[in-house]
Amino acid sequence: MAEAHPVGFQWVMEAKRRGAKVFHVDPRFTRTSALADSYLAIRAGTDIALLGGVVRYILDNELDFREYVVAYTNAATIVTEEYADTEDMHGLFSGFNDDNATYDQASWRYEGHSQNQTTRDSETQRETAAGLENESHGAPVGGETERDETLQHPRCVYQILKRHFARYTPEMVERVCGIPQEKFLELAQAWTENSGRDRTGMLVYSVGWTQHSVGVQYIRTGAIIQLLLGNVGRPGGGVMALRGHASIQGSTDIPTLFNLLPGYLPMPHHANHPTLDAWVDSIAHPGQKGFWGNARTYGVNLLKAYWGDAATADNDYCYGYMPRMTGDHGTYQQVLDMIDGKIKGYFLLGQNPAVGSAHGRAQRLGMANLDWLVVRDLFMIESATFWQNAPEIETGEIAPERCRTEVFFLPAASHVEKEGTFTQTQRLLQWREKAVEPPGDARSELWFFYHLGRIIRERLAASTKPRDRALLDLAWDYPTHGPNVEPSAEAVLREINGYDVATGRPLASFTEMKDDGSTVGGCWIYTGVYADGVNQAARRKPGSEQSLVAPEWGWAWPANRRILYNRASADPDGNPWSERKRYVWWDADKSEWTGYDVPDFEKTKPPSYRPERDASGVAGIAGDDPFILQGDGKGWLYAPTGVLDGPMPTHYEPVESPVRNPLYRQQANPTRKVYTHPINTLNPSPPQEHSQVFPYVFTVSRLTEHHTAGGMSRTVSPLAELQPEMFVEVSPELAALRGLSHLGWAHLVTSRAAVEAKVLVTDRVTPLRVDGRIIHQVWLPYHFGYEGLVTGDSANDLFGITLDPNVLIQESKVGTCDVRPGRRPRGQDLVDLVVDYRRRSGNLVHRYPPMVTTDVADTSSDQEA
Amino acid sequence: MGVRSWFEGWPVYRQLTGTDPLGRGAAAKSDGSRALTARTDTADSMARSVCPYCAVGCGQRVFVKDGQVSQIEGDPDSPISRGRLCPKGAASKSLVTSPLRQTTVRYRRPYGTEWEDLDLDTALNMIADRVLAARDETWEDVDAEGRPLNRTLGISSLGGATLDNEENYLIKKLFTAMGALQIENQARI
Repeated sequence: MAEAHPVGFQWVMEAKRRGAKVFHVDPRFTRTSALADSYLAIRAGTDIALLGGVVRYILDNELDFREYVVAYTNAATIVTEEYADTEDMHGLFSGFNDDNATYDQASWRYEGHSQNQTTRDSETQRETAAGLENESHGAPVGGETERDETLQHPRCVYQILKRHFARYTPEMVERVCGIPQEKFLELAQAWTENSGRDRTGMLVYSVGWTQHSVGVQYIRTGAIIQLLLGNVGRPGGGVMALRGHASIQGSTDIPTLFNLLPGYLPMPHHANHPTLDAWVDSIAHPGQKGFWGNARTYGVNLLKAYWGDAATADNDYCYGYMPRMTGDHGTYQQVLDMIDGKIKGYFLLGQNPAVGSAHGRAQRLGMANLDWLVVRDLFMIESATFWQNAPEIETGEIAPERCRTEVFFLPAASHVEKEGTFTQTQRLLQWREKAVEPPGDARSELWFFYHLGRIIRERLAASTKPRDRALLDLAWDYPTHGPNVEPSAEAVLREINGYDVATGRPLASFTEMKDDGSTVGGCWIYTGVYADGVNQAARRKPGSEQSLVAPEWGWAWPANRRILYNRASADPDGNPWSERKRYVWWDADKSEWTGYDVPDFEKTKPPSYRPERDASGVAGIAGDDPFILQGDGKGWLYAPTGVLDGPMPTHYEPVESPVRNPLYRQQANPTRKVYTHPINTLNPSPPQEHSQVFPYVFTVSRLTEHHTAGGMSRTVSPLAELQPEMFVEVSPELAALRGLSHLGWAHLVTSRAAVEAKVLVTDRVTPLRVDGRIIHQVWLPYHFGYEGLVTGDSANDLFGITLDPNVLIQESKVGTCDVRPGRRPRGQDLVDLVVDYRRRSGNLVHRYPPMVTTDVADTSSDQEA
Repeated sequence: MGVRSWFEGWPVYRQLTGTDPLGRGAAAKSDGSRALTARTDTADSMARSVCPYCAVGCGQRVFVKDGQVSQIEGDPDSPISRGRLCPKGAASKSLVTSPLRQTTVRYRRPYGTEWEDLDLDTALNMIADRVLAARDETWEDVDAEGRPLNRTLGISSLGGATLDNEENYLIKKLFTAMGALQIENQARI
């Protein structure tokens, strides 16, 4: 955090100054480690084993915040007897289907529920990254549950959790992660001691957790700990994602993502969402409890925002215009389709996949096989110049005179040359004022897409084709201004916020939205950002003149609420858990919720409220159920549906690992998303043969002085000067083993690529003792490429493509490689080197079914079997 | 010049007799440095902005002189950043004023070996032509069972996390109406 989010890290230092104890877990010692109270060096890709150890420590010692856990989580909820755990099935849960490597989630359901309410099968959910829809709400589940609040029932979630994590002992943590038991116990003790009415602990992570084939389950494990310790919905608690781009949260909320529409509505699927009713019912699940019951309203408002006057009740608000998904249309599928010649045109909008995405060679070969490519960026990035400067030019795989891709480079306006909102990592929208006009031909994306749409609509004006109606009926009349005919960002923000059609009055809250076409709203979770016709995101009341919550700086979704589920900051009766942790509470005199933040609860619903049996929607949520976007109102220690790789996290090895999974027969995540394509070669892992060809673990991350693929930092002279060269950090032990010298050269080889880097011999990376052997890890920055003021080989070229099954994020924080002294070969010799490594390692491509290590005799799983 | 004013012009005298014994403030000033003013004082205007790098969302003040960005500083009013910027944020002025920035359209024709110049309007119209052609060539009305698809898989787009919400909104709206599904950004990776 001190390296990649330094200014945010000042608050960690503030907390430390006030007595907080800071732990840092990372494969590499960084500036964060230097400032932490304790640093734990971990083997990359084993965090679930570490966190699972903490879960076990909490449960075995009964250190959970019991009042919170019983009242606010699903610990007491009873699960059907059909459920079978990884304990019983050597690392699989019940319901595994060998044919397509997915789970039938039916046996994970709560007792008494006839079935889970998911309308899509698991394979479709994986293909369409359906887990992302849960960023704003829980997966659908019935609200009536059977509970044992003594937590003694053998099939209550608490007992299931206890059994599932029983083998995550301190000894096992040491064996899997390479973390000495005393270091682990120091962490577990400090974390659990900082729990209860008076105390909270916070968990902070970034892409070191997400970019794994089990990325979602990393976060789930962290959330389980935080729920057990009562650290959710309370000040100083939470699971905080540090995101890495200025508006990456915004581009998820208002998604430029294939499977989502604004506000986490799903993009329609051809088989599951044939009609408006089927679409909204699949979201709302009639009878479901919680706020998501209003899905029809949110959907109709979006359709009205898209198609304006043309969208009426009679034509289902133009739902029929929507394109339909049939499966995986994600960025990695697209790249493989480009290589196969299926895609004609590609827009790159401030993103540089030639450097920033996994398997750089696949990215570049894909771009070299298009009809046309439009690159909009501030600088001439690698993804614009692949046809003349890519490493594949040297190997002969790309030649300009044989490369057919037509490339348009259009200069973009910078953040000071346009106005608009960024949504930062805490869901806070901040409006930026425009300082200057963009230079020359540089324009905003707002300008480009508005005018592209205008021209396309003009070309089609006389068209009678049904397919063109969606474009011709589109509400696309935004006011423009200035010499460049710039569309008004504020007008777009007003449409996002929503307004009353008849009067034009901006909506103050999504609760004002109607499902009859009388209101319009482009992104329901953002409604309120333009309340009273005022740009709330532009508010700049100085922090020094406000409370710590600072509610008048910018605007946070939803409803300017700064801590989600903050009803949990009060006890079941509505009183603060303690004076010290007072945040939101029930004011019995006024009969309303009040506090320092906007209460995340119906304002006048008393703590004593109990719903009628079979009540649905918001009315189904009890007065002591803080998790109002969950069907059962509870925080989920156990996910009865919606998480495709299991109801609870399980340690699987990374897809490329030098060790066998010490915990189970299952080596890697059995449900991971796999691409079988000739270019997507795989390094073998035990028990496959030849894994010793790639004996070392590598991981990548950011430098303070560079940003992502380098397009905004290797082009900026002060930053380029501060970090001028690609390098690799190796331990003194590995340097001695492989004959590497400090400041000399080394190259790393995988079955995809070889990249070279200057050698930094340092104790910041250290060999770990894992399962009785020494594992060497190396670290690289992933910022470098072949354009800009400073250049170097791209670390992401080393990775293959394997994805998490829930959200289709790639495993790009851990892989295996060989490390060799000296520079890499050039030209054909480079190709020959990589081909030789592939040959020696068995020429593997990714495939199903998952590797089952049935020959393993020494796992605890087998000892019990 | 009198003796007294000559003495007072001597920094070490001011350091020993004045309020600046360490000689790091007023005592060390010369006529030249006394006349200097901060770029932030002489700016024509200031825009309240936000750092374009990571997602912490540090406040920035963008100072403008003669139509050019003259300085970018941390915004002390921000309850998030309290005026601080990291090395990247502090280099924002170098980012937006970098001589490496491309300010004209560049065009590489198929099988071309060099960049060429192109007028912005021409480029925009050429792109519109190609979008419509790609869409027509790859359009899918219905699936094998006759269910609607309304889409093209011939067009892809990547990027959005560095852009504004308003921009992402228009991008998604236009592509959706066009039937282009394969829209992705950094949030996937």
